[in-house]
Amino acid sequence: MTQLFLEQALNGLQFGLMLFLLAAGLTLVFGIMDMVNLSHGSLYMGGAYLGAAAAQASGSFLIGVTAAMLGMAAVGILLEILLLQRLYQRDHLAQVLATFALVLIANDVVRMIWGPQPLLLNPPAALAGPVELFGFIYPAYRLLIIGVGLAVAVFLYLLITHTRAGMWVRAGAANREMAEALGVNVRQLFTVIFALGAALAAAAGVLLGPLLAVQVGMGENILILAFVVIVIGGIGSIRGALMGSLLVGIVDTLGRALLPTLLRAITTPEVAAHLGPALASIMIYLLMASMLFWRPQGLFPARA
Amino acid sequence: MSGQTRHRLEAALFIAAAALPLALQAFGEDYYIGFATRLLIFALAATGLNFIVGYGGMVAFGHAAFFGIGAYTVALLMAAGLFTAWIAWPVAVAAAALAALLIGAVSLRTRGVYFIMITLAFAQMIYYSVISLKFAGGDDGLSLEQRSTLVPFDLADPATLYWVTLVLLAACLAALKRLAASRYGHALTGLRQNETRMEALGYPVQQIKLVCFVIGSSVAGLAGALLANQNGMASPSQLYWTQSGMLLVMVILGGVGQRFGGMLGAITLLGLEEILGRLTEYSHFYVGIALLGVVLFAPRGLAGLWGRQK
Repeated sequence: MTQLFLEQALNGLQFGLMLFLLAAGLTLVFGIMDMVNLSHGSLYMGGAYLGAAAAQASGSFLIGVTAAMLGMAAVGILLEILLLQRLYQRDHLAQVLATFALVLIANDVVRMIWGPQPLLLNPPAALAGPVELFGFIYPAYRLLIIGVGLAVAVFLYLLITHTRAGMWVRAGAANREMAEALGVNVRQLFTVIFALGAALAAAAGVLLGPLLAVQVGMGENILILAFVVIVIGGIGSIRGALMGSLLVGIVDTLGRALLPTLLRAITTPEVAAHLGPALASIMIYLLMASMLFWRPQGLFPARA
Repeated sequence: MSGQTRHRLEAALFIAAAALPLALQAFGEDYYIGFATRLLIFALAATGLNFIVGYGGMVAFGHAAFFGIGAYTVALLMAAGLFTAWIAWPVAVAAAALAALLIGAVSLRTRGVYFIMITLAFAQMIYYSVISLKFAGGDDGLSLEQRSTLVPFDLADPATLYWVTLVLLAACLAALKRLAASRYGHALTGLRQNETRMEALGYPVQQIKLVCFVIGSSVAGLAGALLANQNGMASPSQLYWTQSGMLLVMVILGGVGQRFGGMLGAITLLGLEEILGRLTEYSHFYVGIALLGVVLFAPRGLAGLWGRQK
C-alpha cells in the first residue's frame, strides 16, 4: 500500500508538472491579453509529433525535444503575428471561434503529414529501466520528467520574479493599459511570451509522448485540464499555475489509482472500477466550480 | 426588407423545407432525410444556445450537458419501458430545465470568463457522472430499443421524424421571437446592454437571466430527445465539452443574437462537413479555414452578412 501510494503520488507530481508546462503559457495569454486560446493544446500536440519525428530520424531523444521546442516556438511566433494579434481586441466569442478553427486545422495538418496512426516515441534507452529510490522502485524516465519539470518551474519563477522582463510580464498581467502607459511594449513582449509558452507546451508534448500516445486529438483532453488549472490558480499568475497544476495532477492521479480500491470496501469491484476514475474527474471540476463560486480570482490573483 | 415580405419569405422557406423529404425520396436519396433531420436537430440546440448567448448575453460553455440530458432521459425512460414521446419528451425537457435551474442559480453568481468556465465545469461533472453510472451504459452509451412512439404518427418512418423535428424547430423559433418582443424580452435586452442600470431601475436581474438560461437549456433538452431518436442511442460524446464547443461555434458562425443565427450556423457547419467529407479526407482543414474567414471578414456571423435582421 505504501509502495502504491508513494508511486502514485510521484506520478501525480509528474503529471502536475507537465500540466504546469502547458498552463504556464496559457495563463499568461489569458491573463495579459484576456484571450481565450483553445489552440494551446494544438501546440502541445504539434510538439509531440515534431519531437517524435525528429527523435526517430536522428535517433536522439534530446534532439527530438530541442526540435519540438524550437519548431513550435517558431510556429507560435508566426501564429501570434499573423492571426492572434487581430483577435486581442475582439470579444471572447470571436476568439473561441478562431482558435477552435485552428484546432480543426492543426488536427488535419498533423494527419496530412504523419497519417492517422499514432506515432511511437520511445524514452531514451539509458532511462528505459526502473531505478531504486529509497528502497522502492520507480521508472527512471518518469523521474527525469519530474526533474525537468521542477527545473523549468524554478527557471520560470526566477524569470518572472527576478528579472526586468519578468517584471514587465507581471505588470502586463496586473493591468495592461497601465503597463503600456508606463512604457512597456506589451505587444512585442507578448510575442516573446507566446513563443515561450508554445515551446513549453511542445516540451510537455514530447516529454509525455512516451507515456501517453502521440495521436491526433491528444491536445483537447489535456487543454481543458490546463484551463481548470489556471482558473484554480488565478488567471495570469505563474505561481497560481504551478500550485493549480500540482493540485490537479495529484488529485487526478491519486483519485484514479486509489478511489477504486477504497470504493471496493463499500461496493462491488466492477462498480468501483467504473466509479473511481469518474469520481476523481468530478472532484477536479467540483474544485474548480467551488473556486469560481467563492473565490473567482483564484488562489493567487494576478490582476490588480 | 419589410415585415410582410419577410413573413412571406419565411413561409416559403418552411414549405420548401417541408417538401424536402418528398424530393429526396423521388431521387432515391433517402439517406439524406436522416442527415437533414440531424441538421434540424442541431439547429434547434444551437437556437436554444443563441437565446442564452445572443439575447441573454451569457457565454455558456456547457450546453452539451442539457443536450445530453434530453437524450439520456429518453433512453433511460425507454429502458424502463416508457415508449411514448408524449410523456418522454416533455420529461426530457423538464429534466434539462431542472438541471439548468440548479446549474444556472449557482453559475450566474459569476460573470464573463468565469461564467464560461463554471458552466464548463458543471457540464464536465455531468459528463463524468453519466459515464460512471452503469445503468446509463457507461462509456458505451445507451441504445434505444426503437424510436419513441408518437401516436398517431409513426416516427420509425424517417420522413415523419423529419417533419416532427421541423415543426418543433419552427415552433421554437416562433416562440422565441414572441418572447424577444415581449416585456420580458425587452428587459433582457436592457440587461444585456447595461446590467447596472437595469438593477438600479429595480429589475430582478438574477431572475431574468436565470429564466433565459433555463429556457435556452430546455430547448437543448428537446433537441437531445430528438437526437436520441435520430441516432438510436444516447452517447456520452454528446455530453463532452467538445460538443459544447461545437454548438457555440455554430452560434457564432451563424450570428450571435440573430434570430436565425443558430439555425444558419448549424446547417452551414454540418453541411460543409458533409460536403467536404465527400470530396477530401481532410474536411476539417477546410472547415477551419472557412471559420477563420468568418471571424476575420464577417464579425457578425453569416446572418449579419445580409443586413440587420433581429
